[in-house]
Amino acid sequence: MLTIKVLGPGCATCKRLEHAVQKVVSDQGLDAQVEKISDYVEMMRWPILSTPGLVVNDVLVASGRIPSEPEIAGWLTA
Amino acid sequence: MNHSVAPRAPAAPTPQRVNRRAASTIGLAALAWLAAYNMIQPLANWLTYALLGLPAGSRLGESVAFFLYDVPKILLLLGGMIFAITMIRSFFSPEQTRALLGGRREGVGNVLAASLGVVTPFCSCSAVPLFIGFVESGIPLGVTFSFLIAAPVINEVALALLFGMFGWRVAALYLASGLTIAILAGIVIGRLKLERYVEDFVWQIKAGQGAAALGRPTWARRIELAWQSTREIVGKVWLYVVVGIAVGAGIHGYVPEDALVTIMGRDAWWSVPAAVLLGVPLYSNAAGVIPIVHALMEKGAALGTVLAFMMAVVGLSLPEMIILRRVLKPQLIAVFVGVVALAIVITGYLFNWLM
Repeated sequence: MLTIKVLGPGCATCKRLEHAVQKVVSDQGLDAQVEKISDYVEMMRWPILSTPGLVVNDVLVASGRIPSEPEIAGWLTA
Repeated sequence: MNHSVAPRAPAAPTPQRVNRRAASTIGLAALAWLAAYNMIQPLANWLTYALLGLPAGSRLGESVAFFLYDVPKILLLLGGMIFAITMIRSFFSPEQTRALLGGRREGVGNVLAASLGVVTPFCSCSAVPLFIGFVESGIPLGVTFSFLIAAPVINEVALALLFGMFGWRVAALYLASGLTIAILAGIVIGRLKLERYVEDFVWQIKAGQGAAALGRPTWARRIELAWQSTREIVGKVWLYVVVGIAVGAGIHGYVPEDALVTIMGRDAWWSVPAAVLLGVPLYSNAAGVIPIVHALMEKGAALGTVLAFMMAVVGLSLPEMIILRRVLKPQLIAVFVGVVALAIVITGYLFNWLM
């Protein structure tokens, strides 16, 4: 099972990333758990300078932007 | 736990062809933009005087023509400039900025940090991770503050509106004084040695090392993202702009010339601090404020007072203070607000005195 974490304090862009991730997960029928991390100390365990951040299986794959859906799908199915 | 770095995302197929198509899209869009821009004035006059039949030179006629000309003009300029600024920002990232600032001393570091604050894409909800990331990598507090002050003080919507309504000189003055304020306030905060007023947990955080692969976006992707954020920003502010211009048009047509000289003119010394105080609760609403201020200036308000008001509106915002409170103790927040407010007031006086 994939563990996906969306890092962000809850601003509009973070919510948009969360929606995009959830869409990819349901479109591809993936077995994944999507978690929202809004605590700054927890967030800073990854090398993140700007939100939102996307963590797949403990690896930070994107930060400070909303990746495109094909990009997200690429990370989730790799 | 070991957090490694992800491999670069696969590149889009045949980037050259995609880029060529992107270039022609931009070219066509620019032509359409220019054509639309040049049609506004004749169209506004025709609508007001021919279609609505308002007599030329009447108060109502002048107000309506002003409104019908200003709204499309300002919205087009706003859209065009936001698009250009977002395109420029797509070449910068907070990670690159941190790398550029690493190891810089005070002074040079402050100048560089303030300049990068203008071009680095940054939203205020990222202020906390960015602050921690900067301070943790050894960038001095004052240099970090120069960045954190420049990023909101030089606001892209404000810059676009000033350019559209006041011309390039005032827009350039705004840019230059915003940069100066960020540099000087950063140096002052650095000299005050306020490190003890940063929340203790910040110094204890051991942030993860490395960074996510950025993956150079193609031109097509840059255009797509710039278009997306242009639509988003214009969609968020257009109503304020329209209402602001409507109020401005009313002032333009009905308030007598020089009515404001005594209360907002250069000789009313108290108008600059009053403008700053008034600007704080109007945070980030430059969109609605600038058109009104533009009309006020026609009636005798002084440029320095207007610029001070503008910078207080965008630079001293309560929500950002609340976000920064997570990493800064109240004393440091107070110093931050005080130094920036003072710098804005001085800038206001300077322009009132110079112009």
